[in-house]
Amino acid sequence: MSWLFLPLQYAFMQRGMIAAVLVGLLCSVVGTYVVLRSMAFLGDALAHAILPGVAIAYLVGGNLLIGALIAAILVALGIGFFTRGGTVREDTAIGILFSAALALGVALISSIRSYAVDLSHIIFGNVLGVSPADLWLIAGLTVVVLLVVILLFRPLFVVSFDPVMAKTLRLPVELLRNLLLVLLALTIVVSLQTVGIGLVAAMLVTPGATAYLLTRRLVPMMVIAALIGVVSSIVGLYLSYYLNIVSGSAIVLVATAFFLVAFFFAPQKGWAWQRLHAQRR
Amino acid sequence: MTRRDNEFLNAGTARLEFENVMVAYNGHPILDDLSFEVPHGAQVAVVGPNGAGKSTLFKALVGLLPLRKGQIRIHGLPLGQHKDCVAYIPQREEVDWRFPVTVEEVVMMGRFNNFGWLGKPTGEDHAVVLQSMDQLGITKLAKRSIGELSGGQQQRVFLARALAQEPHILLMDEPFTGVDVSTQEATLALLDDLRTLSVTVMVSTHDLSMAAERFERILLLKRRLIAYGPREQVFTRENIGAAFGKQALILDNIVVVDHCCPDDEHEHLHDEAME
Repeated sequence: MSWLFLPLQYAFMQRGMIAAVLVGLLCSVVGTYVVLRSMAFLGDALAHAILPGVAIAYLVGGNLLIGALIAAILVALGIGFFTRGGTVREDTAIGILFSAALALGVALISSIRSYAVDLSHIIFGNVLGVSPADLWLIAGLTVVVLLVVILLFRPLFVVSFDPVMAKTLRLPVELLRNLLLVLLALTIVVSLQTVGIGLVAAMLVTPGATAYLLTRRLVPMMVIAALIGVVSSIVGLYLSYYLNIVSGSAIVLVATAFFLVAFFFAPQKGWAWQRLHAQRR
Repeated sequence: MTRRDNEFLNAGTARLEFENVMVAYNGHPILDDLSFEVPHGAQVAVVGPNGAGKSTLFKALVGLLPLRKGQIRIHGLPLGQHKDCVAYIPQREEVDWRFPVTVEEVVMMGRFNNFGWLGKPTGEDHAVVLQSMDQLGITKLAKRSIGELSGGQQQRVFLARALAQEPHILLMDEPFTGVDVSTQEATLALLDDLRTLSVTVMVSTHDLSMAAERFERILLLKRRLIAYGPREQVFTRENIGAAFGKQALILDNIVVVDHCCPDDEHEHLHDEAME
């Protein structure tokens, strides 16, 4: 059993483990909505759009996470603003804002010489570099986002399943949509440390998509997704320690393995099940 | 029915009024100059050719599309004053059938404004949901997910949800299209029950004979109001000709209407509704 505890003797490893578990949990729960509302592209775009925020924070010597947070919320609300009333389609608005933000980020970064190391941490994550202050911020944001998701479960459920009915019930559909965008932005910023912006989309989508293959109800789907997210984070971190690979990649690859197993062997929705069923007919 | 409903009945203002309504989509008017009144508890069939604006009429009525001109009043008050008195059953294509939600959960959504944002369904909510599912014969399916059901069963789920809303006005968009005979029967039986509950009903349909047989009032639409009233007044040769044009073949005593053309109206309204 010593292999299990050996990595945890280091404080940075303990912090990394806590951060990875929190991110796995948060990404999976919020990711359930991302999967069900087909917002995967949006999630990926938001992740890239935080780059200018990070660059500006770096330039003025501020906290990178807070810079990322501000940029993500601005872009999320910007997408909501441009698509209001249907003048611009959502995927178009996402495409425009996401590339514009990315361009701005790269432009800012290209003016800094010593930036290469930090940039690679932002793109690929650096779970072992989580400072105690970072950990507090991650934990705080995780609690806030999960609380909102749990408290507003019913309106979010109605508005995600049937926006038309939500409107006839006079629910503030626009407000709830923007709220979900902000929650998504917060989740992405929290994930920055562990999987980086390049792989956030995988953590948002893969656990939710896996859970979708295993259940037919929303709450169990969220619970299963959370479980997969947390287990992937823990297993991934051990793999990264022993195989000496980047932690973000290890976590995402474990989650992908879960998805593949579910895709082929899930009861009813799985490939093998449907093959068998087709043969019996 | 709740006490609040009775207060409305006693006040005698329970009705639906359209006054010079104009609805546009992307700058193109789809409905124009629409004025009519539906008395409390009446059942109206909305008929017209493809693209006549039948779905648009319903979407304007539930506040999904803004009014360019005119006013819609429910119980004498403009739209937006009533939280849950209009129930709307969308066309089948507008629902995400892959969503992981059970029959019971869908019907419970009809009670949303009763228990609210942070509340939990009460015993009364559960009783109403159970009763609504019973009435449409889907109680056995309560724990099934909606994606596994047949088209007719899916429609019954949405009828049950509308019933659970205890609406004053119920709108059904093409409930007789693409479902089996037993679901058509269940829908018609529900209409009879709603009549005894004095719920005002508007149903859009392609089926002119169904409209003529089962509804006391017909609203014939083609971007504008062609005719509105009892079927003898509405289904005249002139009105059918005005609404359906070349799609209608009018012989001595026979009217034949061709409904095969693609319905582009729903196509471009789809995005707006699903946003």
